[in-house]
Amino acid sequence: MSGAHPYIPNSDPEIRRKMLGEIGLELVDELFLDIPPSIRSTAKLSIPPKLSEMEGRKYLETVLGKNQSTRDMLSFLGAGVWPHHVPAAIDSIVGRGEFLTSYTPYQPEVSQGMLQCMFEYQSLICDLTEMEYANSSLYDWSTALGEAARMTVRATGRNEFVIPHYVHPERLGTLKTYCEPAQIRIVEVAQDSRTGAIDLSDLRGKISEHTAGVYLECPSFLGFIEESCDEIAKLTHQNGSLFVIGCEPTSLGAFKPPGQLGADIAVGEGQPLGNHMNFGGPLLGIFTCKGEGLLRNMPGRIIGSSTTQDGQQVAYCMALQTREQHIRRGRATSNICTNEALLAVATAMYLSLLGPAGLADLTATIVERTKYAIEQLGKLPGVKAPGFEALHYMEFTVNFDRAGRKVREINDALLGAGIQGGLDLSKHFPELGQSALYCFTEVHTHRDIDMLRDELRVILGGQAN
Amino acid sequence: MTYAQARWNEPTIEKFSEHGKVGYFTLAPGGTLALGSIPGKLRRTNPPALPEVSEIEVIRHFTRLSQENFGVDLGLYALGSCTMKYNPKVCDFIAASHKIQELHPYQDEKTVQGILALLYAACDRLVKIVGVEKMTLQPAAGAQGEYTGLMLMRAYQRDRNESKRDEIIVPDSAHGTNPASAAMAGYKVVEVRSNSAGCVDIEALKSAVRPRTAGFMITNPNTLGIFESDILEITRVVHDAGGLLYYDGANLNAIMGKAKPGDMGFDIVHINLHKTFATPHGGGGPGSGPIGVKKALSEYLPVPTVEYDGSKYYLDYNRPKTIGKIRAFYGNVAIVLRAYAYILLLGAEGLEAASDVAVLNANYLAHKLRRVRGFSLPYAESTPRKHEFVLSASQLLKETGVSALQVAKRLLDFGIHPPTVYFPMIVEEALMVEPTETVSKQELDAMIHAFQQISDEAYAGSDMLKTVPHATSVTRIDEAKANRPKTMKLTWRMTTKP
Repeated sequence: MSGAHPYIPNSDPEIRRKMLGEIGLELVDELFLDIPPSIRSTAKLSIPPKLSEMEGRKYLETVLGKNQSTRDMLSFLGAGVWPHHVPAAIDSIVGRGEFLTSYTPYQPEVSQGMLQCMFEYQSLICDLTEMEYANSSLYDWSTALGEAARMTVRATGRNEFVIPHYVHPERLGTLKTYCEPAQIRIVEVAQDSRTGAIDLSDLRGKISEHTAGVYLECPSFLGFIEESCDEIAKLTHQNGSLFVIGCEPTSLGAFKPPGQLGADIAVGEGQPLGNHMNFGGPLLGIFTCKGEGLLRNMPGRIIGSSTTQDGQQVAYCMALQTREQHIRRGRATSNICTNEALLAVATAMYLSLLGPAGLADLTATIVERTKYAIEQLGKLPGVKAPGFEALHYMEFTVNFDRAGRKVREINDALLGAGIQGGLDLSKHFPELGQSALYCFTEVHTHRDIDMLRDELRVILGGQAN
Repeated sequence: MTYAQARWNEPTIEKFSEHGKVGYFTLAPGGTLALGSIPGKLRRTNPPALPEVSEIEVIRHFTRLSQENFGVDLGLYALGSCTMKYNPKVCDFIAASHKIQELHPYQDEKTVQGILALLYAACDRLVKIVGVEKMTLQPAAGAQGEYTGLMLMRAYQRDRNESKRDEIIVPDSAHGTNPASAAMAGYKVVEVRSNSAGCVDIEALKSAVRPRTAGFMITNPNTLGIFESDILEITRVVHDAGGLLYYDGANLNAIMGKAKPGDMGFDIVHINLHKTFATPHGGGGPGSGPIGVKKALSEYLPVPTVEYDGSKYYLDYNRPKTIGKIRAFYGNVAIVLRAYAYILLLGAEGLEAASDVAVLNANYLAHKLRRVRGFSLPYAESTPRKHEFVLSASQLLKETGVSALQVAKRLLDFGIHPPTVYFPMIVEEALMVEPTETVSKQELDAMIHAFQQISDEAYAGSDMLKTVPHATSVTRIDEAKANRPKTMKLTWRMTTKP
């Protein structure tokens, strides 16, 4: 073996020598003489020696083999990342080197493919949400929410952001980290303990001349659907504040989109639209808005359709770049540069593949599975499901207080039977008692739900007897 | 070789739409009946105006679009500061396993020991490469790493009753994300100029630091590809003023195994896995921007961290001084996994060889290109560059009227992705070239030949250079049209507006 590495063509000593000779040097080390000796590493990096492709792949697959994926067992987890089928057509396209190994399209003439994909993604997201403008992606829903809060503050000159009590803890945490340095105060509004509905009188009391934005999730983190969006939008707008809606996009095949609910800004998670869960990342932050004023305040990359200079051909390029860090530096609307472009390609494909009928079909399937799961779990002894009296989509809380059991114990027992139970909510929302958030999508058959029901019955029955 | 990119004049996908076609369906017995349970008030009245197309049309459309896109797999991608190296295929294959793709982040820890073990190991390797105490893998990109790092700085200084420190210093050659992240994290941005050698002007830095200085952000080697030899003096000046040192890892590919940011005195270091550790850029993302810190800052890292108790791996949320969350879940895990695979496949020697050859390739290219008529290598011409270098085409512009932008566009006709242009701003008519270690000598020679030919064309007064590029899917684009309010089209709905 020559000492050359497969990924490093010029690592062969003979080729190196030739190149060094041409620039008048003998050793590569001479190119590093400007590193002061006191910081020049003397020892080799203390990491293991290289493996061949065969060895490396075998090793990693062995370690990964210790995982039990949601294909190895039944899982009813959602809560921010949801199990859906990803059509094979998508993986086949996003794996193409032309897309996969390209950079941000700074040279538009040679990057039309990616630029057009982004333009189509923006268009499809606007059709889905009925919003006017979309950027070409942020990192995930939680950072999109953080950016949205900051945008409402920039746009209104106010400094408070109102959120409902039941927000995903990951999103709330991220929101806080994005708001703190901008000195944005986060104000929480109560939700009815029976129905989960926003407490409108509490909201009235909490919005003021300081309120930059009011945030609502549809469906909520706990799966229930808010029925008073109209009133909330009205209150928000009467107050001169901006209405921000967070949405789970598969619901939009049958539920009113944020554009119809009065949203000025809509954010959401694009993972369900053709992207794998990947243990929580990468994800896809959807970010949209209405009105040209907000457009110019939007974070992230935006692609526009133009023509060639001779006007003969449609051509795409980045638009409104003066908002961005590479031009505006310290005064940019956000620091984002690298985004989630490849996931946006997947989502553009997903929405194209499904079309209006396919999406309605998907939403309907999830509505049906949710309803079926509520029927099946709701009748288990000692179980309250859903915990809230409301219409639910895809997710709902299952409460075990009457059975006198802890979610943790139940989930341990379920796992013993090869089932991953719902997310334990007891730590983040103690007022919900021993509740878990269960998720049901098109990947769960009636048989799967029956298995969960039967296993829960055994577990709960075991205790009751 | 001659290059001719596909030119499909591909319409947008909705132009293929015909009522009744469908590209994917969910098997749903009795499904649509369930929609009756949704009250009218909440029901969507009109279905979303998505296209109706079949699967084969979607495949052909996006395959044709891919042919109108240039990636590392197609040829030399010399985009400076972006480290467009080869992304090993095996890493993608490993990451395509359902053992990662279909893993939910909230699964019981017992069922995810494999991935947690790999994340833990990835932290360990990265810690050793950059010489810090502890790592978080969570930031989704370099810029988010910067934001995270600056939030750590805020929390650390606040704990020391030093909240008055509200200024971040950056060199005038810094990446745009540095000042943008600093501003986003609530800091005022102070720029210091570069000296005639293209490095931080120590005197300027000394007069910029003061009791309000929170920290200094810098990449080393810097954006000119020059190693800041005074780095120890720089870190001393900032530390003496009570500030912290932030390492922008965009240029780490130059120094793996050669020098560690931790040893240079940096307190916070970000790493772009999508640059140095060979994960694909995906047309703009996903990336991954882990942050490493010295001991004094480690308790502030975002939650959760990945830990090992001797028998099992776990996620640690019990970190009282944490800055909290910077995104949902644990990071771009599928990207981190690829980067870890890359580290395994290169090993200590391979990583060092990568830096050796990245630097050799850059210097070989710089040596040849600066001799091409019309081009020069401003700042410290005789100092060796590291992984990249910045050429100036200002003489070419002066003598022939051909600009750096035209050179870049002409390079496209040769099937070469051009360097970054007009950055850093301290070089006129800048062409920032980063060949990386994954190009062959033949490819470098072809690029040198292309520069020579472009120079000849420019000095011959060729009109052709006015209309470059020619070999691409489209010729020069009217970018002004895309930005003027009256002609701006950001969705296809806007396209069809009367």
